[in-house]
Amino acid sequence: MIAQPAPKPDVMARRDEIIAGLAKLVSPTGLISEALRLKPYETDGLPAYRQTPLAVVLPETTEEVAAIMRFCSANGIRIIPRGAGTSLSGGALPMEDSVVVGMMRMNRIMDIDYGDRCATVQAGVTNIGITNAVSGEGFFYAPDPSSQLACMIGGNIGMNSGGAHCLKYGVTANNLLGLRIVTIDGDIVDLGGAHLDAAGYDWLGIITGSEGMLAMVTEVTVRILRAPEGARAMLVAFDANETAGAAVDAIIGSGIIPVALEYMDKPAIHACEAFAHAGYPLDAEALLIIEVEGSVAEQDRLLASIAGLCEPFKPISLRVSQSAEESIAIWKGRKGAFGAVGRISPDYLCMDGTIPTGQLPFVLRRINEMSAEYGLGVANIFHAGDGNLHPLIMFDANLPGDFEKAEKFGGDVLKLCVEVGGCLTGEHGVGVEKRDLMPVQFTPIELDQQRAIKSAFDPAWLLNPGKVFPLAA
Amino acid sequence: MLLEPTLLAPGDEAGVIDAVRNAAAEGAPLLVEGRGTKSGMLRPVQAARTLSTRNLTGITLYAPHELIVSARAGTTVPDLEAVLAEKGQWLLSEPPDLSGLLGEGVASIGGIVATNLSGPRRVAWGATRDHVMGLRFVNGAGELIRAGGRVLKNVTGLDMCKLLSGSHGTLGIITEVTLKVLPAAELTGSLMLSGLDAVRGVAALSAALGSPFGVSGAAWLPAEAAERVLPGQGAVALIRIEDFAPSVAYRLGRLQTDLTAYGSGQILDDAASRAAWRAIRDAVPLRAEAGDAVWRLSVRPSAGPAAVAAIEDAGARCFLDWGGGLVWVAGSPGLHDAVCAAAGRGTWTVLRAPEPLRAACHVIPPEVAALAAITRRVKAAMDPRGVLNPGRLYAGM
Repeated sequence: MIAQPAPKPDVMARRDEIIAGLAKLVSPTGLISEALRLKPYETDGLPAYRQTPLAVVLPETTEEVAAIMRFCSANGIRIIPRGAGTSLSGGALPMEDSVVVGMMRMNRIMDIDYGDRCATVQAGVTNIGITNAVSGEGFFYAPDPSSQLACMIGGNIGMNSGGAHCLKYGVTANNLLGLRIVTIDGDIVDLGGAHLDAAGYDWLGIITGSEGMLAMVTEVTVRILRAPEGARAMLVAFDANETAGAAVDAIIGSGIIPVALEYMDKPAIHACEAFAHAGYPLDAEALLIIEVEGSVAEQDRLLASIAGLCEPFKPISLRVSQSAEESIAIWKGRKGAFGAVGRISPDYLCMDGTIPTGQLPFVLRRINEMSAEYGLGVANIFHAGDGNLHPLIMFDANLPGDFEKAEKFGGDVLKLCVEVGGCLTGEHGVGVEKRDLMPVQFTPIELDQQRAIKSAFDPAWLLNPGKVFPLAA
Repeated sequence: MLLEPTLLAPGDEAGVIDAVRNAAAEGAPLLVEGRGTKSGMLRPVQAARTLSTRNLTGITLYAPHELIVSARAGTTVPDLEAVLAEKGQWLLSEPPDLSGLLGEGVASIGGIVATNLSGPRRVAWGATRDHVMGLRFVNGAGELIRAGGRVLKNVTGLDMCKLLSGSHGTLGIITEVTLKVLPAAELTGSLMLSGLDAVRGVAALSAALGSPFGVSGAAWLPAEAAERVLPGQGAVALIRIEDFAPSVAYRLGRLQTDLTAYGSGQILDDAASRAAWRAIRDAVPLRAEAGDAVWRLSVRPSAGPAAVAAIEDAGARCFLDWGGGLVWVAGSPGLHDAVCAAAGRGTWTVLRAPEPLRAACHVIPPEVAALAAITRRVKAAMDPRGVLNPGRLYAGM
């Protein structure tokens, strides 16, 4: 288990006084301090780690957030920003002496402008909520993390979330135009707006993916895109990871950029098929889901080209969806992958490294060897176009030592990702989970440089402390 | 008076580190540049030494199937583009060649990243900064820092790539860049709608960009600007599709049908379209006389026409790219305040101006106090002795 900074004795000693102070800043129902009601906030999407916070506040306006920041700053109180609590890396894990600022009440769509192709929403609007608000006019918000039904745009900014369609549409950072932030001093600042390029330093860029360590985000202006005329998927199965990898290379090399290019290995195929009955071939070692967009004629032409490109690699099955319904069925298995693995294993850890795509066969072989060494099953799901790998390591938390073993296995996988030229995390964030692995990827000087940026925004390190950077020695 | 600076142009990263360490030890500022093609942008830097990355050249990694290329900072944009073209790929953000406005010279890729300049494709595919996957840079303390990596998806730690992109050499000296690239489109084609004023023109561009057809360029040129690129048309709205050949034909046909309210329009073929968009990328439609200043305004697209009206009323010239959101402006330096005011709630950058103006006025909008304080602390965190391009963005910093 990972160490956390010790609680500040002065803050713990003033608990009642602090709660009374917070009560003046939010509505009566916006403050939670009773042990039982704090329970839901003690963990997030990484439930192996738990810590009850000192209190939770649920602001309803940017001004309330500013008042909370001023109060906490003046009193040296640590702040944990929280969206929907879906972080898979423990990004919203509280500390004993911290105040959790939950953004779920700031869930209003402020403005939608189809002409300028942007929408302004509060940080607590869900990812899918943005798309739902604009889909009637044929628009969508592009980044689509698997948790999109629940996760909030504020959290997406914290982690610079991705999804299955990043290869074409980019990640969160590429789809933002403006932010309203509250600094640690309680100042409300607007960054960017509805225009494309802001002058000056790229504050939007450095705050996105900063895991809540630089400022609180309360409002967001995102780009919305007109949806293509249509989209269709195909399934291609191979008898080896090597040939599937070579087929991916051939597709990208041909000049076709599919809107999604997803890869599953054999254990993932079996888990997803048992769950979704999508018709995945169970004798395959590797399965690709490839999606293209455009008019029906354009889809036909691209899918036929891709089928032709796959042919030399002797796919053991190749199925082109004939309808939107069939595409949905094909996706159902992949989108349900986490739930599917949850059905066959009591617990699992979802890892998130990125590798150069050419290293895929080697990396999968090594992961399978490690799986045998650790005696823990693993299913691999991979955004093959952009190299983002999600090994799901299966374990049983009720078996003593099993979680620690799974964590060590996961750490070894991420070290392997860095060794082959990749990185520790592609879209889930460092959080507490990968914090102590940061020296695998960065030199001490590089980490100190990043810490200095953190200090420039938050000199007393009150915003989401204990995340991302290894604790100071 | 600007001093005539000594030029330092190390041939390797170690040389850059040495030069910065010396500068930091002596507290002697450096004018930081790539190949110096944009030294006329923003505020002038007072420094006895210029540190250029022009001699750091060459592609260090190119993995076409992984859509990744790395190049040393001084590699010229044309050299990099030629290497990509051999494999049928291109730079997504379509970096401009501004030598027509800024004087002869060939831009380096490091300079393009450091200034975050993007061309017409930015409206659909993002800015240069959106495709910077990794950087190596030397901070103001002479320390080598690697940011990002050589993969397409990476959220490990703070995104220092974004902070350095567009920082104009004030936070670190970029020595190598790693960029996401994509396959180049097989064909280009454009729909040209003639005779539309700014309001109708931008409405047509908005309709096109809000269509499902993947428009990758949307510009409006008033008659005088259009005459320099597409003579005899009057004002034009130009809408670009880049894709496989059958898709270009299909999509332009659909756009032409859907936009009949804006006129029948003409289709520009691949060659004509490429030539027109290259000219728009490089701001050729903008007539800038010697002694004129040049500004780039970034506004919400629907605010473009009002900006055009204000700029023309003030006596300056302009044209619109990015669906109306990018306003290229040229005119007398004395119009500075009027031009900046035309940006309204958007933002502006002085791309070129006589030195007295650049030294005396804001070249980008000043920040509110709370943000300016963070700016100063970030600058100090990256460049504690203040030796990298002091004064480039803001006076006294």
